[in-house]
Formats: sequence, C-alpha cells, structure tokens
Amino acid sequence: MCDQTFVAITFGPCDSCSENRPLMNLYIKTEPINYCSLCMEIMACQDLAGGETLNSLKAETESLRKRLEEERKKLHDVELEKVAEKAEALSALNLKTRRTLKGHANKVLCMDWCKDKRRMVSSSQVPAHPVFNSSQEHAVSMPTTWVMACAYAPSGCAIACGGLDNKCSVYPLSLDQNENLAAKKKSVALHTNYLSGCTFTNSDMQILTCSGDGTSALWDVESGQLLQSFHGHSADVLTLDLAPSETGNTFVSGGSDKKANIWDLRSGQNIQSFDTHESDVNCVKYYPSGDAFASASDDATCRLFDLRADREVSIYSKDSIIFGATSVDFSLSGRLLFAGYNDYTINVWDVLKGTRVAVLFGHENRVSSLKFSPDGTAFCSASWDNTLRIWA
Amino acid sequence: MTISTLTRGGAQREQQHCLRKMERVIIAMQDPDIGLKMRNQRLLITVIPHAMTGNDIMEWLIQKYNITDEEAGHLGGLLVQYGYIYPLKEPRSLILRSDDSPYRFQTPYFWTSSRWPASELDYAIYLAKKNIRKQGELVDYEKQNYNLLHKRINHTWDFVVMQAREQIRASKQRRKADRIVLECQEQAYWLVNKPCPGAFDVFDLGPERCNVLNSRVILNSSLLFFLLRISSVPNNSLSSHFLLSLSCVCSFMKFCDQYHQHDPIMSGCLPSNPWISDDTTHWTINTDLVGTPTRLRVERWSFSFMELLNDCLGRREFMTYLEKEFSGENLCFWEACEDLRHGESSKIILKVEEVYKTFLSPGAARWVNIDSKTMERTLEGIKQPHRFVMDDAQMHIYFLMKKDSYPRYLKSDLYKNMLSKAIVPQETKKSVFPFMRRQRHSSPSPAMVSQATEDNGKAKGAGPAATNSGTLS
Repeated sequence: MCDQTFVAITFGPCDSCSENRPLMNLYIKTEPINYCSLCMEIMACQDLAGGETLNSLKAETESLRKRLEEERKKLHDVELEKVAEKAEALSALNLKTRRTLKGHANKVLCMDWCKDKRRMVSSSQVPAHPVFNSSQEHAVSMPTTWVMACAYAPSGCAIACGGLDNKCSVYPLSLDQNENLAAKKKSVALHTNYLSGCTFTNSDMQILTCSGDGTSALWDVESGQLLQSFHGHSADVLTLDLAPSETGNTFVSGGSDKKANIWDLRSGQNIQSFDTHESDVNCVKYYPSGDAFASASDDATCRLFDLRADREVSIYSKDSIIFGATSVDFSLSGRLLFAGYNDYTINVWDVLKGTRVAVLFGHENRVSSLKFSPDGTAFCSASWDNTLRIWA
Repeated sequence: MTISTLTRGGAQREQQHCLRKMERVIIAMQDPDIGLKMRNQRLLITVIPHAMTGNDIMEWLIQKYNITDEEAGHLGGLLVQYGYIYPLKEPRSLILRSDDSPYRFQTPYFWTSSRWPASELDYAIYLAKKNIRKQGELVDYEKQNYNLLHKRINHTWDFVVMQAREQIRASKQRRKADRIVLECQEQAYWLVNKPCPGAFDVFDLGPERCNVLNSRVILNSSLLFFLLRISSVPNNSLSSHFLLSLSCVCSFMKFCDQYHQHDPIMSGCLPSNPWISDDTTHWTINTDLVGTPTRLRVERWSFSFMELLNDCLGRREFMTYLEKEFSGENLCFWEACEDLRHGESSKIILKVEEVYKTFLSPGAARWVNIDSKTMERTLEGIKQPHRFVMDDAQMHIYFLMKKDSYPRYLKSDLYKNMLSKAIVPQETKKSVFPFMRRQRHSSPSPAMVSQATEDNGKAKGAGPAATNSGTLS
C-alpha cells in the first residue's frame, strides 16, 4: 500500500488574480497551475471559440466521459469476490438485542454514540429529544417536528441536532437534569432547506452539515461562521461521513441525485464522484482504513466503492430484499457490514465475499439509523417503532 | 366502481420502487407454471375460487428465494400489509398466518400503486354503502371519518348516496361467490389505504425530497470540471491515476485479517462483552490512561502510525520515547498544528504566532527540522495566517516521524517492555445461573468529569470512567 498523499496547494494566492482564495489544481500540458475557481471559469470561457456552443461542449464531455469509463474498465481485472475466496469463512454470529430503549414517544430518526462508548444521543419526530445512557438522562425540546440529524461532540459535553428547521443547533450538556437545555442552545448552521446530517469534525469547534438544499457546509461553532461550502450535488444531500485517514481532510456525501461524492475540506472541491446507484443514496460510511466507503440506497442494495481504484467493487443485494436500505455501518475490522432496511430488518453482509451472513428481526417499523459503538462492542439501531435497540 | 386515479405527488418515488418490486413478486406468484397452486376455499357455505393458504405462500417464498422460515414469514407479512394479498377470514387483521388460513391475491385494479392516493369521494361512497347495507357495521374510526366527510363534501352528498345505492343494487344481481369476493377486495383496499388510527400506515413516509435542483448551474461547472481535468491530462496517465483493482482488493483482505482479533463482534472481547454479560471490566481495563494496558491494545499500536497517535496512552508512550531521542519537539509541533486546525477561529492568529515563536523562528526553544523549501513557504504563509497555514510543515513532520521514529519505536525496548507487561484478561466463564443479572449503574457523564477536573485544577488520569465504581447502567 503506498502513501496516497501528495502536497497540493489548495489555499493561497491565485496564479492569475493573486488573491488568497481556495485553489483548483490544474495541469495544462503537464504544467501545474493553481487558479482560483473564478479565474478558472474565465479561462475556460475564453476557450469557447466562435462556433462552439454549449451543446458541442456537452457532446465533447460525453465522449470524454465514455473514454474515462473505458479506461476504468481496463483496470477492472479482478473481482473482490474471487480474491476473497481465499479468506476464511465466518462462523455463525450470535447477535441478539441486548437492550431496548423506550424513551421516545414517536419515531426515532437518528442516533449517535458518545466517545465514552456507553452514551448516545437520539432524535425523533416529536419535540422531545432524549440523551440516553440506557436510562434517559436529558431531554431537550426542539421547536421543530422532524429532527433528522444529531451528533455527539467528541468531548462528550455537547450535542448538535437539526432537521426541518433548516438549522443545526449545539446544546451544551450540563449535569442538572432539570435544567432547561433549550435555553442554552446555540444556532450554528443555517441552510435554505432541511438539515439531513451533521457531525463534529475532530474537535468540538467545527461542525460539518449536509442539507436538503443540495449543499454541505463546514461551520465554526463559536462564531457560527461558514468556513467552507461544498456544491456539486444536483439534489438533496442526505448523508455524510468524515474520512478516518491520516491527513483527515476529506469527507464523502450521498444524495438524492444517486451520487456519492468525495470532497476536500480545505478547498471545497469535489475530488471524486460515484454514480452507480439506481436510486437515492441514504447513507454513506467509510471503511475503517479510509480507503473505501459503503453506501446504502433506496434501490435495496448496499455497495462498496474503492477510492484508490475509483470504482465500485462490490454490491450487496438479494432478490428477497425489496425495500430500500437506510443506514450502514462496518464492524471494527471492516469484515462485516450491517445495514438497516425499510422492511424493519437488519442484514449483515460479509464485505469480502459479498454474501449475507445473517438477518436480524426485532424492529416493528423501519430502521432509520444504525451505528457501531466507538470500540466496536455493540451497535445500536434506531427505528420508527419508537425504540432503539442495542445488539451484541 | 368509481375509483379515480389522481396525479401522484413528486416525492413518492421511493415508495413506487418498492411497490413495483412487490408487484413483480406477486406476478411471479401467480404465474401458471412456477407460481402457487391455488384452489377453491370454503368460506362458511360459499366456495371462493383462486385462494391459497398462508402456508402455501410461505413455502413458495422459501423455495423461490432460498430463505428461512422467519424471513419468508416477514416478507409475506409485508405483502399482506401493503395490500397485495388479503386474508379471507378475519379481514381486519392484516398479518400472514403460516397455517391453512385462506388468502387471496388482490386484483390489480386495487393495487396500492395504481390507486393512490385514494380519493375522498370513493371513500365516502364506500362508507355510505356499508352504512346502508347494515346499520352499525361501521367501526368507531370509520364512523368518525364518515361524519368528517359528510361535513367536508356535503355539496356532493346526494351523489354519494345515490352512487352507493346503485352499487348495492348492482352487486345484488351477482352470484354470491362473486359478491363476497368483490366485497372482500374492496374492504381490503380500504383497510390499507385508510387504516385504523394507530395501525400501520403504508403511506407514512418521511419528509419530501426534491429531485433535481438548479441543474443548469451544476451542468456548467461540472462540464468545465470534466473538460479541464480530463482533456489537459495526457492520454496514458489517466490509468496511472487509478490503482489496479488487485492491490486494492488485497489491501481489504489484509486489513480485515489484521483487525480480526480486535473486532468484538467477530472474536468476542475479553473478559466478556459488557453488553452481554453486564460486566464492565472490559471498559475499565481499556480506559484512556489506564496503568497497564491490554495486550491487544499495545499490539494495535504496531498496525499503523495513526493507531498509535489516536490512542492517548500510545501517544504518551511515543512522546516518552521521542524525548529520549531528543526529538520530542516533532510530536509537540504536530499536536500544536492539529490544535490550530481544529480549534476556534478566533484564536487562529494567536496560535500561529505561538507556533512560530516556539517551533519555527530561528533560535526557537523547540526548533523543528523542516526542509528549506517548506520552511520558506510556511514563513510566507504566516504573514497572512489562516487555519491551514501550517499544513505543509505539519505533513512534513508527520511523515518524518512515521518513516523514521515510529519504526524505531516499535523495535525499541520501551515498546517491547510495554508489550510484555500488557495484561491478557481471562475470559469469564459463563455463570451457572445465566438469568442472574448484575446491578446496573450509570457511568459518570463526560460533562460532569470535565467540570470536576476544571474545578480541581488537577488532571489525574481523568477519563469518562475515572471513578472505578462506575458500572454499567
């Protein structure tokens, strides 16, 4: 495995306008050039000689796209499943519900674990918003009906959540159970459509959000300032996940446009894009090594995409699975992929061999969210049947 | 029947996908060659044609999809819930029984996907028919709906009653078997489309998702992006960008292998998984700054440099090693850069100055060794400080540590001692009385712990489970 890192200047003085801006790294005839996005567009438009129309450019793009696909296919020399035949078979899993958490009065939409491996925050359809420790600790009232995203801060001292109110708000957690947490709320992010996902980056100070308005954004918690925004999806962005890689500078997002895109946090650029899904991408999750990611979609499949090979390497699907997958997560070693579906089940897939290892029943309505605890000892599934279940 | 098809709302695409797939299953089930064998069922004194038992349905599903009983039951149950199969006995209970209870396929006219959304007028006619046929046949929620509709579409009420009467008259002229079948079909349709409050509602979907936003803007920018990215790169270097599949695939296998023992779901955890046995020993022996770490944890530090740095105990050990080698400033510099990158925006300028003073200025107390080009660039960048100004330098130092200090640390005595001291907890024997559970207590909240350390001013190995008396709740 090589170190896939190269130093690219992504922020600094533009070569043409000399202003400090996020840069796009281009190669014109093998010469590296660093232009800001405005100058790049100007340059590209200048190349539009007389007689060239948007249509002709589109046609040229299409042929280039086809060429790219052909090149990609040439590299597809071996299937994951064939190589994985050498991997040892998995022993039968004995997964059962170990805890059922029943504090919500309505559909549970999202949940997140705290770094202490025991606590979690969950959000639901009605204004009460508990923080659990297997016994309910806090409840926060939210002035909105659907709270679709929630996240625990790495320090464990705050939570962030948002939904149909188009905002992401941060609530510091205090010890006093009776204290009204809503009073200390801090509005951090503001979008023009519903908030579908949020997560803290490596500290309590920054939040990454994605929204139904088709954009994702990075915010500074203290000042509420927008640090970077990411445009490129042509429909609602439904999910995002931060990369666990060493340089820690990228994240993946999935949307209603059936695409999953990789972004650079510093420059705001869309680095890679994958569009083999046939329907909305509901959830994306990085493989533990950071070299690949899995996605769950309404087309009832989960897929594994390799970032270095720039293509999809595996599909996890079965004829008898008809309903869309809403959420995925990997076990700690990355060998197992757990996916929650709209038919109330959780299917467990062998990532390498592509086969289904187990199916877990228990929920009585859709599984909306599924996450592993930070140390991998258990995972929690949230469902529209108003409960959360911890499986181990 | 006067059921009209209104135009569909835009956001129900996902629903339509599933419904189409279910319909394909249903059609396969009705196939004369590979489908279910249907027969006549006796319902009281009438004979209903083309019916099948719950058992038949389950067996067909098991055979076709090669799945277990439980899954077949679950899938069949969903088909019933969505109205594609309806029960003949006990029509209000939409579940699949795996015995010989009779079921029938719903006619495509009444399929959920073709008759959606159900029109109010049709519902009113249906309820009126029921009311006229037998007084008191309407259930509570149906009575409420009836009254609501009566108020809402009062202007067409005459039409409603007239239609209801006409339909009743027409049905009286049919054969008994046909009449029963049609009544059952209609009832099943309305049970799915207007369910009893509290029962499962097929049309309960999440918030609307719009599909295509301002595509013109996106098209322009993505066009440019594509053109510039592809056309300016020489032909053969396209392939060099993407690694060969084989090496990627092998790397997955290697990773899974390496972490196999560390995955609690695959290999269990020692002494036992706290969620299963209610014994929190596993967590107490793995707290952040525990005195003696476990063997698995120390082994994990050798997997990658990132693993070592991510574990605070590992990082502390590495720092001790570096101090011995007089290169501790590298790690300090890296940590300071991380703090800069992820910290508050308001403190950026301050932090950049401090980093410069401590690590980069000539004659600094903890000067770090960066190559001259990177140093030049960084010093230029410091003139206009921003969050990422130290990135180049940070990466340089990171790779320095990774390629040089890290491998030597793994071979050092310090690490080897750690490894030999590390504990391997004994696996707990399963208790004789498995149903005897330990008392569960709440663990201290991280919010509380951080406040306590602030108050005390001490930071004695504080982690979320600092007090060892905290057991699982």
